[in-house]
Amino acid sequence: MSLFKRLFTAIRSGSVSPDEWEQLRGTLISSDLGANLVDEVIEQAKSMKADDAVLSITKLVSSWLSDKSRALKKEHDRLTTILIVGVNGTGKTTSTAKIATKLINDGNKVLLAAADTFRAAATEQLQTWAERIKTPVVTGEANSDPASVAFNAVTKAKAEDFQYLIIDTAGRLHNKQDLMDELGKVVRVTNKHSQVDEVLLVIDATTGQNGINQAKVFIDAVGVTGFIITKLDGSAKGGVALAIEKQTGLPIKFVGTGEGVLDLSPFDSTAYIQGLFN
Amino acid sequence: MFEALGQRFSSIFSGLRGKVSESDLKTFTSQIKNALLESDVSLSVADSFSNRIYEKAVERSEEINKSINPAQKIFEIVNLELTQILGGESRRVRYAKTSPTVILLIGLQGAGKTTLAGKLANYLKADGNTPLLVAADLQRPNAVTQLQVVGNSVNVPVFAPEPGNGVGDPVSVAKLSLNFAKDKLHNFVIIDTAGRTGIDEELMQQLNSIKATVNPNETFFVVDSMIGQNAVVTAQAFLAGVGFDAVVLTKLDGDARGGAALSIVEVTKKPIIFASTGEKINDFDLFYPDRMASRILGMGDIASLAESAKRAIPEEASKKLEDKFNKGEEFTFEDFLSQLEAMKNMGSISKLLGLLPNAVGLKKQLNNFDDTELVRTRAIIESMTPLERSNPKVLNGSRRARISRGSGRAISEINSLVERFAQAQKVMKQMRGGNMPAGLGSLPGMGQPVKPKQQEQSFKKKSRSGNPAKRALEEGN
Repeated sequence: MSLFKRLFTAIRSGSVSPDEWEQLRGTLISSDLGANLVDEVIEQAKSMKADDAVLSITKLVSSWLSDKSRALKKEHDRLTTILIVGVNGTGKTTSTAKIATKLINDGNKVLLAAADTFRAAATEQLQTWAERIKTPVVTGEANSDPASVAFNAVTKAKAEDFQYLIIDTAGRLHNKQDLMDELGKVVRVTNKHSQVDEVLLVIDATTGQNGINQAKVFIDAVGVTGFIITKLDGSAKGGVALAIEKQTGLPIKFVGTGEGVLDLSPFDSTAYIQGLFN
Repeated sequence: MFEALGQRFSSIFSGLRGKVSESDLKTFTSQIKNALLESDVSLSVADSFSNRIYEKAVERSEEINKSINPAQKIFEIVNLELTQILGGESRRVRYAKTSPTVILLIGLQGAGKTTLAGKLANYLKADGNTPLLVAADLQRPNAVTQLQVVGNSVNVPVFAPEPGNGVGDPVSVAKLSLNFAKDKLHNFVIIDTAGRTGIDEELMQQLNSIKATVNPNETFFVVDSMIGQNAVVTAQAFLAGVGFDAVVLTKLDGDARGGAALSIVEVTKKPIIFASTGEKINDFDLFYPDRMASRILGMGDIASLAESAKRAIPEEASKKLEDKFNKGEEFTFEDFLSQLEAMKNMGSISKLLGLLPNAVGLKKQLNNFDDTELVRTRAIIESMTPLERSNPKVLNGSRRARISRGSGRAISEINSLVERFAQAQKVMKQMRGGNMPAGLGSLPGMGQPVKPKQQEQSFKKKSRSGNPAKRALEEGN
């Protein structure tokens, strides 16, 4: 590169070298933020003539964060119902147990519902968790209608003055219309007896750009109110979660970081965004 | 799942017309790179892949520009390269010299190892083997129970001496399972292990011990096709930490672009051996790299389609239909129904369409198509008397009302089925006359009902006149 050109580039883009930008681009793409989004944010950062690339990008992506509350809803005069949804293998059942533990530790009376009647032994998996955290669980027959499990659970929760009901559902790929309809029915049936207050979509941190599709379809189908990002304890950065927040305006509420019931933290946006650059 | 990638490639290719300059190629390769990145192909692989395409295209630029269709030429280059990355040719499971053949399944949490274990067992069993499933995931709550339920559903015994949920030693379970298998003459042992993250040292160590103890003939790395950029890091961690011989892709029935599959194969140089494509136990097959490459490029998977069609339609039935067809016999509701059955056998329609070339758009439209419509159609036809089935013209109002009661479907549905049937009949007639039908509009349940007016007309044409002289005239033409 000629001296003049180099000078020109330096003036145009602050003191950050093109190599540095390129490296940053690679890092961000590797975090699953999405190539188009990364290019967009880097162009913006360049035009800001920044001296510190990481700082300016941090500022930019922080502005993408949802301004909605990241706290779990709580109704004081009636039952609060939480529905846990997501594609297969993201960690819905484990997340259900973790949220229940957190609520119990906060002094709430929590009922679980095993509405995953499809996957082999999913009900038993939740039952095992329920025994461990000493909280009751409503179950149904294998392959029975999940909406009926939800109905039984909401009836019991109301009759016995539970403060929270957490309904665990079967994993489903979002492009299976019939399975999405089935989930819609669970919401409708539950709503008739007690409002569903939170629908939390569980997203695996290792998920790539497909996460955005997942979020869009689940939002359309069952009115998702927030996200749980699981398996952030691995090497995945979970950058797609930020892309999802930007696109949907809905907040990440929790982050799963391990196999124990206590391995659930509120979403810490600063730490998360810093993590994207590592 | 690779459709989106296919779609992107089609749009890139449609921009290439006429003479292709070097700068065209540059733009083209950078577009390919971005498409790959958006499809979750890892950065390094997307880089090297697009660079190779560029070099090859430049090398053959003369040939490309001489050809009548330069885009087609480049397309061939991309296709070949893609096929090569994906592993060239499909490979089969390696059998042990002395039974049992031991297969170890490893992978991240939630990749689908346990479900896959069942599918693999079912697949091997269908080939005449006697597999044994081994529950060595003693970590995740009720993974053992899950494997037992899965094993039960495919009628394959499960070796599960330990209850799991944190109790028991997976290494000794694996070890004991070999003796058990030899005792009971199982020729395959499939070991399901606990899921783990790639950076979990302790669990990696446990896997290593299992591997050292059972000395598997095949170790399969099970990976979710929705995985993103982390695929490469994870695959490398498992390769270095435990080692594996082949990759199994799960959840391929989703709409993830699945670029990670390319990355894993490129980086680890291990082939993808199986693909898991649905919720049902049969949704599982060998992975065909060449077919998948074509699919990525939107060329469709003709070979797969032909194979499933062959399996679905018994030769006898298709010959019968053909004979009928040649003899000029009327196409009846019975034939209509056997067509339906054949289609049901072939698998869901949306799946089928995914195999067709250039059906990306069509598939999108029909993605919401519900197979239960076939069931309803069948109920209606089966509520007809034999006379009605072979002679739909007798279907007057009261007959239709009876069929409606019998099948539990609304009269309007019966009317529309009769309409669609008439359309199918018309198409058969056209084909007999040597004209190919336009489009798929006449297939049962395709959700493209013809306009009612047109329909009535075609119906009228077929109605016989009450006047014998007139009828003779009609039938004679």
